[in-house]
Amino acid sequence: MVEYVWPDRANSSVLGGSHDKIDSSAKCTGAAKYSYDINPDKVLLARVLGCPHAHCKLKSLDIGAAEKVKGVVAVHAIHKAGDELNWHGDLIACVVGETEGAVAEGLAAIRADYEQLDVFVNDEDLAAAEAAKRTSKSGGKVQLKREPGDNEDKKEFEEKEFGRLFKEAAAVVEGRYGIHAITHMCLEPHGSTCEWTDGKLTAHLSTQAVSSSAGGYSALKVTADDVTVHCDYIGGGFGSKFAVDTWGLLAAQLSRDLGRPVKLMLDRDLELKNGGSRPSGFAEVKVGADSEGVITVWDSHHWSAGGVGGAPVGQDVVPYVIVPPNYRRRVTNVKINTAPVRAWRAPNHPQGCAMSQTAVDDVAAKLGLDSYDVFMRNLVNVPKERAAVYAEEMKIAAKLMDWKAKWHSHGRGPAQGSIVSGLGMAIHTWQGGGHPSSCLVKIHPDGGVETFLASQDLGTGTRTVIAIVLAETFGLPISAIKVNIGSSKYPASGPSGGSTTVAGVSESNRRAGEDALVQLNELVAKKLQVEPNVLVAKNGRIQDQGNPSKSLSWKEACSLLGMNPLEVKGRGAPGPKSKLSSSGVAGVQMAEVAVDRETGVVKMKKFVAVQDMGLVVNHKTAESQIYGAMIMGIAYALFEERIMDPKSGAFLNAEVADYRLPRLGDIGELVVQLYEPDAERSRGVIGLGEPPVISPGAAISNAVCNALGLRVPVLPITPKRVVDTLKARNA
Amino acid sequence: MSKSEQLVHGQSGFSRRAFLKGSGAAAAASALAGTAALAAEEAKATSVVAGLTTITLDVNGQSHKVQVEPRTTLLEALRYGLNLTGAKPISVDGSSGGSTVFVGGKPISANTMLALECVGKKIQTVESLGGAKIDPVPAAFAHHDASQCGFCTPGFVMAVKAFLQKHPKATEAEIRSGLNGNLCRCGTYANIIPAVLDVVKGAGNG
Repeated sequence: MVEYVWPDRANSSVLGGSHDKIDSSAKCTGAAKYSYDINPDKVLLARVLGCPHAHCKLKSLDIGAAEKVKGVVAVHAIHKAGDELNWHGDLIACVVGETEGAVAEGLAAIRADYEQLDVFVNDEDLAAAEAAKRTSKSGGKVQLKREPGDNEDKKEFEEKEFGRLFKEAAAVVEGRYGIHAITHMCLEPHGSTCEWTDGKLTAHLSTQAVSSSAGGYSALKVTADDVTVHCDYIGGGFGSKFAVDTWGLLAAQLSRDLGRPVKLMLDRDLELKNGGSRPSGFAEVKVGADSEGVITVWDSHHWSAGGVGGAPVGQDVVPYVIVPPNYRRRVTNVKINTAPVRAWRAPNHPQGCAMSQTAVDDVAAKLGLDSYDVFMRNLVNVPKERAAVYAEEMKIAAKLMDWKAKWHSHGRGPAQGSIVSGLGMAIHTWQGGGHPSSCLVKIHPDGGVETFLASQDLGTGTRTVIAIVLAETFGLPISAIKVNIGSSKYPASGPSGGSTTVAGVSESNRRAGEDALVQLNELVAKKLQVEPNVLVAKNGRIQDQGNPSKSLSWKEACSLLGMNPLEVKGRGAPGPKSKLSSSGVAGVQMAEVAVDRETGVVKMKKFVAVQDMGLVVNHKTAESQIYGAMIMGIAYALFEERIMDPKSGAFLNAEVADYRLPRLGDIGELVVQLYEPDAERSRGVIGLGEPPVISPGAAISNAVCNALGLRVPVLPITPKRVVDTLKARNA
Repeated sequence: MSKSEQLVHGQSGFSRRAFLKGSGAAAAASALAGTAALAAEEAKATSVVAGLTTITLDVNGQSHKVQVEPRTTLLEALRYGLNLTGAKPISVDGSSGGSTVFVGGKPISANTMLALECVGKKIQTVESLGGAKIDPVPAAFAHHDASQCGFCTPGFVMAVKAFLQKHPKATEAEIRSGLNGNLCRCGTYANIIPAVLDVVKGAGNG
């Protein structure tokens, strides 16, 4: 029985190193082909017309003139007269043509009439939402250390107890916090290029879920065995590309109907309006703390909008990580006229963190304490198994930030002209256990090694991780491993969401690799006349570990296989029993900002992230993931938001030029430190994509608050919000 | 893309598929593309082009015949006519820098220029930087892991190439202020900065 384990640090050759991604050169020279880049012979181009109103009834739709445009091959009505359309950009009709120009002309020739209906998009204004009857209760929870007596009414006891706790608190802070909706803004929009051969569909789909998407075409009466989903490269997903979607089905249907390949990618504005957004979150929070800043009681009400039919921010992320012994939380859902939200990196955690850990920092401000000390003391109320890790990571982050030297009380820092600086921090958590994954590892008699699995590489370095795992297992260089992913015809592997991929694919490939090596070693043992269990694969050879002179080169060993390759199926088994992977991480971030009190502009000076993730397979790509998450965090903390016109419900900034995102000059100095002591490394592989994107909102908001001595309540902290907050104080 | 095309046709007042070289419309189109010099060049020409036309484009040192309409953008001609898909369609107006290529040695968003305007000019795309001997800029990008999803990367690589031609000894501060025309969503900026510094130091082949 093979015991599936990782080699320790000293005995690892490539595992845990810092390696270039094996597909980097292809990406950097334009050779990498994305779904948008697939151009089968005679491919037709398709584009969609979006609804110009936020809520309306389609009164009439006339596609006749569009069909007559030269170069237009087909016009397909997605909606018919009488249908209700629920958001600006909802899909109405699709034009298929020979060139982009013809399609654009066709779209412009479609005539439609609408009857406008009631619109509500102002999710920040709860009173307005209630007045518009757009709210619904969405659960909550009460937790109290003391229990009511036998004869006491539960409700009355709760009220009394919360009253008592707040009265006894050394400091009480009441605040309003919030974070606006953002979009995924995948630079490669959602879409696919579809082609049919003999009744079988090949869909080049921009997807985070290669395996499961093959079953997504059943509406076309085609079963998964007749579908190949293909995706070598995907231009961004961030949680928004798990489904085939209506436009994916449409591309396949139009391709079948027209007998030609069809490419349908959403336009930029329709991508932003339909392709995914993250729910907003707004909260009223009241906290009580002791004189040391340890929070003793929490009372919050938050509301959130998930669009039409989407799931808003639930109750379990407020309060976030730091959960005091006594708390009450309530949630209200707000229904607004936007497309349903989709999962966005670490679903709900960034909003929960931004609505909660801002309140923790306000306790520090109220008591005139150092935020670092207050967060440290509040670690008594984080999950016990991670408390020590948070403390260690806080110490490391503080050192990297030079926190103690730079610290000043909230609003008490020296000003240079109109510029004031500030520090802020936040902590986060995520699971990141592996998804189910299987793979087929082939060792060829000529020494070639390859693996097949229907996984996908979102740009995080999944291909490279798989190559590292097998290279380590077989004692070969990374370049000796051929990684085949991106086709649904390969062994099933989970979708890439929730930071589940690295643990999933490491599990399946390590297991298959170890099993394959056992079989190969049996042949080698016979040849070398040793026991199989003395053999190790190292430096391109299989050798007797006690007597390295008894060895075969990898190629010689593989030649013993005979005519056929050795094929071994691997199946991941993540879970508490596995020594290969685990779940549950901490993570600490500290931000330093400069704020101009005259213009309201916030600039990032320095931003530090300390992150644990169990065993780090590839340091280089792990660090890149964290840098990327910090920059995405800077984006939603300072720049990006979906801006809706409250009256018409129009999505006002659905183009790249209007949707503000940080550019290269906006990021300041970023410092990343992986936290991987032996105690963490021995837990095995844990996913990393989500955790570092959680803290930036709260950390940066806290830094701005420390600079100004004033909370800018709602993210993103744009110059206008800073100026408005300062004006409100002076008024 | 479609927006700029519509704008051109809308302003011309001619048949949608007619492109009158040397007219005010052509000058307007060129001005849209952002270069007065191009407008002046166009003003010298006099031929009228309508419907599908076969033109010759000089791309990466080779002549290619490609069928275009007057409204076909350079980006569409490259991606569909020549299957050179390194330049990406990301924004309608070039504000992402994702379709950056060189025309006549200067960087431009290929979706803001018409294919017809590029006849007789040397066009260089990101694909020319690959192959057996990889250019120092993409090599440094690869070594510093300056790509994640990679969709913005070809445009960024071309922008860096252009930037370094102008500023071969760029400092970190100059890099931070000079490369803001390109958008990355995954957040690779932090790795692009040391990659560019490496090329400046001549270590980009590393």
